[in-house]
Amino acid sequence: MNLLNISGSPHVHSDESTKKIMWRVNMALIPALLVAIAYFGISALLISVISVLSCMLFQWLIEKYILKVPSTVCDGSAIVTGLLLAFNVPATASMMWIVVIGALVAIGVGKMAFGGLGKNPFNPALVGRVFLLISFPVQMTTWPDISKVQFFGLDTVTGPTPLGMLKERGAEALDNLPEVWDMFLGGIGGSFGEVSALAILLGTAFLLWKKVISWHIPVAFIGTAAIFSCILWLVNPIHVEAVDGVNQLVGYIDPLTTILTGGIMLGACFMATDMVTSPMAKSGQLIFGVGCGLLTVIIRTWGAYPEGVSFAILLMNSVTPLINRWCKPQRFAC
Amino acid sequence: MKTFKMGGVHPEENKISNDAAIEVMPVPAQMVVLMNQHLGAPATPIVQKGDKVKVGQLIGEAQAFMCANVHSPVSGTVLKVEPCKDAFGLAKPAVYINVEGDEWMETIDRTPDIKRECTLEPKQIVDKLKEMGIVGLGGATFPAHIKYNVPEGKKAEYLIINAAECEPYLTSDYRVMMEHAEEVCIGVSILRKALGVPNAYIGIESNKPQAIAKMQDMAKQFEGIVVEPLKVKYPQGAEKQLINAVTGRKVPSGKLPIDVGCVVSNLGTAFAVYEAIQKNKPLIENILTVTGKKLPSQHNCLVRIGTTYNDIIKHTIGVLPATTGKVISGGTMMGKAVVNLDAPTVKGNSSVLVMDENEARRNPETACIRCGKCMHACPMGLEPYMFSVLVKNNRIEEAKEHNILDCIECGCCFFSCPANKPLTDEIRLGKNKVRAMMAAKK
Amino acid sequence: MTQQILIAVIVLGAIGAFFAVVLYFVAQKFKVVEDPLIDEVAEVLPGANCGGCGKAGCRAFAEACVAQHSLEGLRCAPGGDAVAAKIAELLGCAVEQGEPQVAVVRCHPANCGENRRSNYDGLRSCAFAATVYTGENGCPFGCLGCGDCVAACQFDAIHMDAETGTPVVDEDKCTACGACAKACPRRVIELRNKGNKGRRVFVRCINKEKGAVAMKTCKNACIGCGKCAKVCPFEAITVTDNLAYIDFTKCKACRKCVTECPVHAITDVNFPAPAKKPEAPKPAEAPAPATEAPAAQSNS
Repeated sequence: MNLLNISGSPHVHSDESTKKIMWRVNMALIPALLVAIAYFGISALLISVISVLSCMLFQWLIEKYILKVPSTVCDGSAIVTGLLLAFNVPATASMMWIVVIGALVAIGVGKMAFGGLGKNPFNPALVGRVFLLISFPVQMTTWPDISKVQFFGLDTVTGPTPLGMLKERGAEALDNLPEVWDMFLGGIGGSFGEVSALAILLGTAFLLWKKVISWHIPVAFIGTAAIFSCILWLVNPIHVEAVDGVNQLVGYIDPLTTILTGGIMLGACFMATDMVTSPMAKSGQLIFGVGCGLLTVIIRTWGAYPEGVSFAILLMNSVTPLINRWCKPQRFAC
Repeated sequence: MKTFKMGGVHPEENKISNDAAIEVMPVPAQMVVLMNQHLGAPATPIVQKGDKVKVGQLIGEAQAFMCANVHSPVSGTVLKVEPCKDAFGLAKPAVYINVEGDEWMETIDRTPDIKRECTLEPKQIVDKLKEMGIVGLGGATFPAHIKYNVPEGKKAEYLIINAAECEPYLTSDYRVMMEHAEEVCIGVSILRKALGVPNAYIGIESNKPQAIAKMQDMAKQFEGIVVEPLKVKYPQGAEKQLINAVTGRKVPSGKLPIDVGCVVSNLGTAFAVYEAIQKNKPLIENILTVTGKKLPSQHNCLVRIGTTYNDIIKHTIGVLPATTGKVISGGTMMGKAVVNLDAPTVKGNSSVLVMDENEARRNPETACIRCGKCMHACPMGLEPYMFSVLVKNNRIEEAKEHNILDCIECGCCFFSCPANKPLTDEIRLGKNKVRAMMAAKK
Repeated sequence: MTQQILIAVIVLGAIGAFFAVVLYFVAQKFKVVEDPLIDEVAEVLPGANCGGCGKAGCRAFAEACVAQHSLEGLRCAPGGDAVAAKIAELLGCAVEQGEPQVAVVRCHPANCGENRRSNYDGLRSCAFAATVYTGENGCPFGCLGCGDCVAACQFDAIHMDAETGTPVVDEDKCTACGACAKACPRRVIELRNKGNKGRRVFVRCINKEKGAVAMKTCKNACIGCGKCAKVCPFEAITVTDNLAYIDFTKCKACRKCVTECPVHAITDVNFPAPAKKPEAPKPAEAPAPATEAPAAQSNS
């Protein structure tokens, strides 16, 4: 007979594991990837694969040769980081090498420098993305024109993103804005993983069903962004006005455009909900989501960048420990 | 449907021995009776080598305050009085008895008749509980006479009978309800009388609809017994959670149920109370579930307390399967892993649960990803992940400030942890350290 | 341009001067008067803050030395006689000579092989394991093998032997601070005199069960037969509760008991024995409940 195992209770486990959670997130990202391939062609797939492979490679190298710990590449967290990083860059040919640098920063600086999975204060994919945005501002804001993309073509004609056009304040921007339906399906310019709200919502529904995430952060994030921008829009809706004899856009963007363009959907559903860097208590998650929503709209409206989701999430990541300290679960026995 | 307010998990129920009727196990040839089968100090042996004892005769006397009498479960000759290793390998004072025949004390009523009337006064009932060595059979084995002796200045308003049986696998309470509903109700009435409370509530999880129907039927014949179906959620049967589910009250930190006017007893205890008060039978028998997914058969059996695990296994399933990985006394969530199968069973044991080697192994621990699942699962509203860090770094003072002592060790945190961290173990260690620190300060 | 530079220099200079004055007065106001001797004593201490002296750290030890102005009852085990001499010189008091000690693991490497009865699968902490069961070999006294002593050692002087599951002390690194002995919930580790050339004899077992029971648990368990006590010419061995104990202050390391012991529970180390491996004394592992073993109070 075997030796009897001895341990303290409990003797059963829910079978939940970090690996399962990470793979579920990966599965939830597949619809967005498929839509991106449909709209941006093979380059979207190539960038994703390059990004994922380099994230896994860097993690393996760092664990093996620097930290000298058993490798955790198989737990799928590096794949999540790789996919999210890829989703946050434009689908252009130059990204195929730039994203490797992003992967190194994301894994090396964003995650392993703090001790690996679970110890990083900031979302690694966003760390990589922001690093690229600051280091390669031109490449990172050169978007392929979605109407001219060829499936196998790597050299793309560049086009604008809706937020970029509005930021430029050109009078014609309003007329050139894509239809709401296109914004929902994904037929707009932008980083290739963030364009389709529908695909992201599909993935989110899967995560909610599997209880990987709870509704609190996405709802608070998107809801706050919508309400805040709605207030601004009601005060002064966006319109064309002659300033010093030149027709310019003035006023604030409407709430629907706000939440359907840029990275709000992807950010709120996949990056702000990263377990490691978001608060644990439900009340804390609501505060976190509201903070992200407010900061996003503030950065978009009054900041230099047309898009502010990455910065908003990173800023809120930095206050997560504080929120955790403040938002305790309610004790059963007081 | 009623339930407790926060946290909880739902492990696979695995009530596979539900339909196995209670069978009576034969008396083994030799019996070892441990002297501390209850919470508190061990009883003092009052027999010596060579003494003849009968079934139900007092052999260990409660001399300390927190203690309970121990009676001989068999008749025969005392072989020796010396320590015996218990199920966890730790030596405990014990009386060894060589079994000869099966001669019961004359005072014990062994007829199958059911006796409903109880003329004893509350004080007499409590005294008799003490005499008969009744302890709580829900697992903590708290001596019943202390629990039912409500201290001055406090008043019991609710009697709650825990028949939730929220632990996976266990079915002994279910079988008692199915086969001895009337006796249980009489026992509950007696306890109700001892406390002087208007109503007794029997909480049963809704995964036992037959038991609920049966008890509801029976309760109609008794005054002041209410059957309360409860949601299937672990730890529904934990004292504080059960009080919360049934009455909505919360037991404050560091207080006892009686401080909020509640007394909670297990269903098995109510049955034992019936036998003790109405039939003069001390607590000498246990109903154990012998179960396991890979076992050839499932059993619920009535055994004399002190029968060894090996004897029970031999008479029910023959031998342990070769792939056995773990033997647990109690349920999977709060039961204890047994090391020594030659050890005698004690009061409060509710099962012999045999786990397969694949089920028994814990998965390797990985890094905490701060998902907060432990926190959401905790029925006490604590933060297990934080205790893990604090205890590991020996920050005991802080662990105490975060109310580590509120923990009821239900195991929900470990159960739900995707990183497989032994959170419950760490918290137990932390609680021990906090207690040691507090004792050192005094 | 010159003017701008000038303004910058003046402004910064003024700010600097202002804060210098503030700092000066604050420093005066909150000055802590402290015997400079404390710093000097703290300087010669090893600075590991191991707590072996019973104080909160090296500085607390230095304060205690200076406060009582002698080394009576105070000894820094890691520093040994050299540090004691230096402190005595600083304080101008007499030195107490102490016998050098070392941590000794009093349990045979028994958590392995045929002795193993169960497989521990829970938290790797001896303090916790001790509350769950007796140990993988069934001995309620012996080493639990989870390494609380290893975690407690600040000098990297104790390691788990992967094969036997019991800890091994690195004699050269061990400073006899006693942290491992305190950490062991079973009190398996004892501080003993190192002995001449590191040669010493000790009973490597603390099982107090009756002989027959102990023997079933472990073939090297002391059965309390008392043969060693009879053979000892120096009356260094006592048998209480079925367990022999060698008083290291009386033992002359004649090794008569070693050959006499029927279960080989008595071990000699560092003797140039023929075909005998020199064994390092081993500290044990275990977490931190209680105080140290009786013999672990080692300063004298």
